[in-house]
Amino acid sequence: MRVLGVETSCDETGIAIYDSQYGLIGHTLHSQVALHQVHGGVVPELASRDHIRRIVPLIQDLLVQASSPLAELDGIAYTAGPGLIGALLVGASVARSLAMGLNIPAVAVHHMEGHLLAPMLEDDVPEFPFIALLVSGGHTQLMRVDGLGKYHILGESLDDAAGEAFDKTAKLLELAYPGGPALAELAKQGRDGIYQFPRPMTDRPGLDFSFSGLKTFALNTFRKSDGNLHSDAAKLQNRADIAYAFQQAVVSTLAIKCKRALQQTGLLRLVVAGGVSANQALREKLRALAASLNAQVYYPRHEFCTDNGAMIAYAGCQRLLAGESDGLEINARARWPLNQA
Amino acid sequence: MKILAFDTSMQACSAALCFDDECYEKYTLAPRQHNQLILPMIEALLTQANCQLKDLDAIAFANGPGSFTGVRLATGVAQGLAFAAQLPLLPISTLAALAQGAWRLHAARNVAVAVDARMQAVYWGQYQLNQEELMRLSEPELICAIDALPVFCDTNVWVGVGDAWANPQVVSQVSDVQNLTAFYPDSYPHARDIVELAKAEFAAGRALECAQAQPNYLREYTVKA
Ligand SMILES: Nc1ncnc2c1ncn2[C@@H]1O[C@H](COP(=O)(O)OP(=O)(O)O)[C@@H](O)[C@H]1O
Repeated sequence: MRVLGVETSCDETGIAIYDSQYGLIGHTLHSQVALHQVHGGVVPELASRDHIRRIVPLIQDLLVQASSPLAELDGIAYTAGPGLIGALLVGASVARSLAMGLNIPAVAVHHMEGHLLAPMLEDDVPEFPFIALLVSGGHTQLMRVDGLGKYHILGESLDDAAGEAFDKTAKLLELAYPGGPALAELAKQGRDGIYQFPRPMTDRPGLDFSFSGLKTFALNTFRKSDGNLHSDAAKLQNRADIAYAFQQAVVSTLAIKCKRALQQTGLLRLVVAGGVSANQALREKLRALAASLNAQVYYPRHEFCTDNGAMIAYAGCQRLLAGESDGLEINARARWPLNQA
Repeated sequence: MKILAFDTSMQACSAALCFDDECYEKYTLAPRQHNQLILPMIEALLTQANCQLKDLDAIAFANGPGSFTGVRLATGVAQGLAFAAQLPLLPISTLAALAQGAWRLHAARNVAVAVDARMQAVYWGQYQLNQEELMRLSEPELICAIDALPVFCDTNVWVGVGDAWANPQVVSQVSDVQNLTAFYPDSYPHARDIVELAKAEFAAGRALECAQAQPNYLREYTVKA
């Protein structure tokens, strides 16, 4: 079965073709980062306007590049939520209508299911059941995954998502949007032991997270220290030290909860997905954790950690193979709990 | 010729499938339900007319101005269908569709279309009937602050169409124009009127390849600081 995947939930237009026999046939992506950068964050209306300009040309280019004509498609999958409603509707309307015109089934995919299954696009495929840590700009969730559509949420963030905490902290350290990767880069120059940040909610049982306090802690640390420093070099070093301590705190907190989740469930497979799973410090920490527990960690390849069409094509293909398909409604929901997918 | 047309740009949702001598149309007032309704409507028309997309000559749609989301929905649907069936697209002004409807329903020859654009502004277009009984712009469409609406003093009899005419401020702004004789603020575009306008566009060779047909928002989007 060959499936076209369309992702437009936020600021990337992602298109891909996945084939259940041959694997990923091709994928392409347009990122709007430059468009939103000047505004310091994603502007929903501008995102929607850009998606509708790009989407069909991107599909056309991919079909040519992958030598896979429309006539060879057996289904179309699109991200129906959660995300920016206007942006979602662009991908949903084009994808659903294209499927109707081609007389093939369409399926609405949950964005986080896409992220969650993204490691399945790699050679070393995790078997069900496993623990999944989803860490992106909008979500931080730990779940037990027993199969396609069988998602049991074990814990989630009560306030900011991990990626959001990275981005907000980056902003107060005066790093350019989107700050997460920039903060991780700056943290490489940071020194161990200069600052000690708390590990929120690790001193009590449970698998929920809270990251908004860390951002405040970073702000206070910055305000208390920055004014006392006079050279640019010292200021920069200080910011790097704060970035380092902040990242350590997020990473340790995530690792502590992953360890708990693995131990509570007795599972030995951990899947890590979402934009923050690109973070090198997190990967190292979880690798060490897994080694200590004799468990395996699985990640998507770097480019599929953030939003992309490949994960949607893959998830949609699995849904279609399982016999699902939608009616003619064009589905888009800003909010959509994963356990209802 | 065979044309499918539809509109999701305002509170109504409509689709029409027209051949040279027959026209099937569906129209319903359905705020915020366009995404649920539009494809089933189109499917029902195709079934009713015993016709397939690939039998069509072109697809037309109202590409704005109107609700940003609604206009993009129509554009996305049009692009998806046209891409699949390899058909050309004919984007038609929402305001022109309203004016054309005023001719069909009210025999209006000169139509001042005013659609609420929020933030004390309206989408404004002055349309006049030509010899082919098609509505044509006498001045370019614009987005205009209510207190800066153009005063159009001429001797013709004008009819006001579009929801902005429900706003007394809009009416009073042009009240000195004695020959504005009737208002139809409850009008929304009907897909069959889009078909009439689209036929002429098609004949004039103005059909577009699917990715080229884009929304016409009229309003630039500016980010508030
Ligand atoms: N190397 C990194 N370290 C930390 N955070 C990162 C890194 N790379 C990306 N991110 C964060 O990942 C998030 C984007 O991930 P994505 O999965 O696209 O999220 P969403 O779809 O929820 O916006 C952003 O918050 C970004 O800062």
